[in-house]
Amino acid sequence: MERDDIIEYSLDTHHSEEQGKVLRKKIYFVTILLTVLTIVEVFMGALIKQTSEAWGIVKWAFIVMTLVKAAYIVLSFMHLGDEKKSLRYMILVPYFIFAIYLIFVLLTEGLAISEAWETYRMN
Amino acid sequence: MAGHASEQIDSATSWGGKVSPFSTSYGKLMMWFFLVSDALTFSGLLIAYGFTRHGFMGAWPIGEETFHSMPFLSGNYPLLYVALMTFILIISSVTMVLAVEAGHRMDRKGVTKWMIATVIGGFFFLGSQAWEWSHFIHGSHFGKIELADGSKAIVHAESFGEIKNFKVTKAGHHHKKGEVLTSKDADLLHEYQHAAAAGHIHNNEITLHDGSIAEISKSNNEKVELIIKETGSKYKALNARIKGDAASKMYEEVINSGEKGRVVYGANLEINEYGPQQYGQFFFFITGFHGFHVFSGVLINILILIGVMRGVYHKRGHYEMVEKTGLYWHFVDLVWVFVFTFFYLV
Repeated sequence: MERDDIIEYSLDTHHSEEQGKVLRKKIYFVTILLTVLTIVEVFMGALIKQTSEAWGIVKWAFIVMTLVKAAYIVLSFMHLGDEKKSLRYMILVPYFIFAIYLIFVLLTEGLAISEAWETYRMN
Repeated sequence: MAGHASEQIDSATSWGGKVSPFSTSYGKLMMWFFLVSDALTFSGLLIAYGFTRHGFMGAWPIGEETFHSMPFLSGNYPLLYVALMTFILIISSVTMVLAVEAGHRMDRKGVTKWMIATVIGGFFFLGSQAWEWSHFIHGSHFGKIELADGSKAIVHAESFGEIKNFKVTKAGHHHKKGEVLTSKDADLLHEYQHAAAAGHIHNNEITLHDGSIAEISKSNNEKVELIIKETGSKYKALNARIKGDAASKMYEEVINSGEKGRVVYGANLEINEYGPQQYGQFFFFITGFHGFHVFSGVLINILILIGVMRGVYHKRGHYEMVEKTGLYWHFVDLVWVFVFTFFYLV
């Protein structure tokens, strides 16, 4: 029996040679961007010591660069940026709510434990 | 019976749907669901790592001090090897997205070419990780030492003095007095480290496995630097450094103390020379779990590649299978971006 419940959405994603050229250009752009960001990260990590005063800024720079890289991988390489808005938010929103919550809870708790040890050692 | 019923009521009446609210196929949607759950697992692991690190009293290992070796080269190359691994994974992600793009043009040759490149990239990454693990487990030439005041320090130096030979001064079961053991007879470094960790080196004399005692002939270590990682009664400052002759002398004192456990080499699940034991456990678990994902990714890519070469997807009229395995492969790259930042850099 021929199945009538399958709609071949995959056929809609086909594109022509010219469109392919444009897409490949974008892929190469993202490649260069990811490579450059990685190189910058390595240089900053190797040259700036964690004990230096600039480390606070460097740490945040790492986190921002990581998020930029992640965004390009997810939205461009994984084509989530080309999907419907509803799909995009269904994937991203629950994930971010969970991740941000967990980061907040565990880092707060971790610092509290550290402080508790400090107090314990002083007494 | 269910099949019978569904024949009588057509799907439009029963569900009134037939259209995905997301305009995407079932397979792709399920892959996204899987990836979200897998992403939550990795977040849990990395955040647990952050939790442990924040709650730890003492200095946590620093990426550029822990990972600074390159295969075939001696010397200090902070983070370069990990950067290389990251780059390999990024490039294999790019070849994957090019394979997907070729699939959208129904270019079978292009898909084959880029899929092969992706598989090769995956193998390169796995090989790099095998080297990294091996290096992490075997450790450095110097190890981590416990100083006289109870503080613990990791050791950096320009070079490790070559061990020339062991000259037996007291016979054991195996070796006779006066015998000279060179690198041809035994793995001297291995014997030396083993004896140092067990407290079998005292006053430049090493007690070998067979009970014989030998004098060590070894060149000096150059530019030794001790970095204090755990506070003792004298050295309190975290990450404080001791340089120059003092450092060299202190290091030799520890090695020649004849006390067991004053020096630790390499890493296992109980102890490691880089820092607290949780550090080693997180290293093995997080990079191991990621490496397992890469391994499965390479296997899946090979299966899909076989399908591409046999023309399975060409006959089907679309290369969605390549797209789905591509999603998984990009995800593996995505996770590594985070592991790279939070395990190696920060």
